[in-house]
Amino acid sequence: MAGLSDLYQEILLEHNSKPRNFRAVDDANQTADGYNPLCGDQITLYLKVVEGVIDDVGFQGTGCAISRASASMMTQSIKGQSVEKAKEIFDAFHYMITEPGGELDLDTLGDLETLSGINEFPTRIKCAVLAWHTMNAALSGESKVTTE
Amino acid sequence: MTTTFNVNKIRNDFPILKQQVNGCPLVYLDNGATSQKPQSVIDAIVNYYSTTNSNVHRGVHTMSQQATDGYEGARAKVRQFINASDDREIIFTRNTTEGINLVAHSYGRQNIGPGDDIIVSNMEHHSNIVPWQMLCEEKGANLRVVPIDDAGELLVDEYEKMLSSRTKLVSITHVSNALGTILPAAQIARMAHAHGAPILFDGAQAVPHMPVDVQELDCDFYVFSGHKLFGPTGIGILYGKAEYLEAMPPFLGGGEMIKSVTFEKTIYNDLPYKFEGGTPDIAGAIGLGAAIDYVNDLGFDQITAHEDELLRYGTDALSTIEGLKIIGTAEHKAGILSFVMDLAHPHDIGTILDEQGIAVRTGHHCAQPVMQRFQIPATARASLAFYNTKEDIDALVKGIDRVIEVFS
Repeated sequence: MAGLSDLYQEILLEHNSKPRNFRAVDDANQTADGYNPLCGDQITLYLKVVEGVIDDVGFQGTGCAISRASASMMTQSIKGQSVEKAKEIFDAFHYMITEPGGELDLDTLGDLETLSGINEFPTRIKCAVLAWHTMNAALSGESKVTTE
Repeated sequence: MTTTFNVNKIRNDFPILKQQVNGCPLVYLDNGATSQKPQSVIDAIVNYYSTTNSNVHRGVHTMSQQATDGYEGARAKVRQFINASDDREIIFTRNTTEGINLVAHSYGRQNIGPGDDIIVSNMEHHSNIVPWQMLCEEKGANLRVVPIDDAGELLVDEYEKMLSSRTKLVSITHVSNALGTILPAAQIARMAHAHGAPILFDGAQAVPHMPVDVQELDCDFYVFSGHKLFGPTGIGILYGKAEYLEAMPPFLGGGEMIKSVTFEKTIYNDLPYKFEGGTPDIAGAIGLGAAIDYVNDLGFDQITAHEDELLRYGTDALSTIEGLKIIGTAEHKAGILSFVMDLAHPHDIGTILDEQGIAVRTGHHCAQPVMQRFQIPATARASLAFYNTKEDIDALVKGIDRVIEVFS
């Protein structure tokens, strides 16, 4: 049984209090809104994609520490990456969060691996994946996504 | 005659309260979502299925009669519990939501038309907003919303200004689920009647905490759920004045709600059966009857006194915590402590409390307009029942200390 310290790791708390790329991107060309109707968490994700590469990324919105830190860390991990690579990171992250005990793709995940403890807290998985589903929606040209 | 209020003895009647959650003794502070069930309610349901299970109002056999007696006996208990004048005015539903929807479909579609007003308040549960929005959309009527102040009190003057000859229904909560505010129900009803409008009260959060007398309130409809009143899920009550219910068309067509059926013409059954199409939740009704017996044995004098003391104790304790703000500070409140913290989002508060066996609700409490009014995304909500103790509040305060520790 994972404890609180597996969930609220220092890096998560740090991203929560100082989220990276927490801003609108004025020249974004792919944006999407993500919403978790169950809890009211809300995120707007801004992507500037140039020739298949995520040139800039930012997010705004309200949510718990887990959704905020997950969004912040996501922006760091996808900024400068190709769209294909971002989708690979999504897959690795989604697998890590939803398949407890599965083998992790540590090369792809990097720092994101510190969020793996969330998979022991089923009620909080939606918080962690909200930003990620929003990114997927933005890259697929959808403007809205909900998780519940 | 009620017995002496002994909370430890009462807790022994609730088997679930003896549980450990995450290695800690359960501290159950989510009674606003659903309450726990005393052994007598559990026994009544088990006993019904073990000895009596049959369909009601149908067979000539003995068990069918016993099931009918149990079911109708529960109706009589509900009638006494809210002091309705006639068993025919007590309709079994699934829950509060169904009761409101029944009135919206049956009364609303017959009596509300283009340009009419339906009045609700800013502190309604979604179940007392959405059915009226749907009706307004269908009929071209207007939904008017009585504002609330920063304490969570209804602005009665604004309500008065809103009432007019266009007002065709007022549907307002008796106790706010998100804020705990107890509304001045009798006054609200009087004012609606002065303009010829019927009044519905959503009593889901009121009936577990205070005596309700529908004749004294002079309300036209009153709805609540069994499961928040220490009874089972799946059973609820719609009280309606007979004059209204008689004039209303049925809600669900089917068995039970008819006197005779031919392909040319169906004659509807009398009250209350006209509104109880299909086999009802017989065990649920009997369980609710047992819950009402349990509450009556304790008596509201003692329940209210105990809960008021706990609410005061909890309000004082939470008020001393730096960076914590209580949302909902009305003068008259039922046992609800909704709060936000500077340091942590309500969900994080909820998870950290849960790790210590403390169950609270976090989120918008199906009352998003309340959250919008206070410009917050969510709250953490501790909601009390008569089996809670000062030790439960102490555990909550200690749990919040842990939240502060994690996020500092």
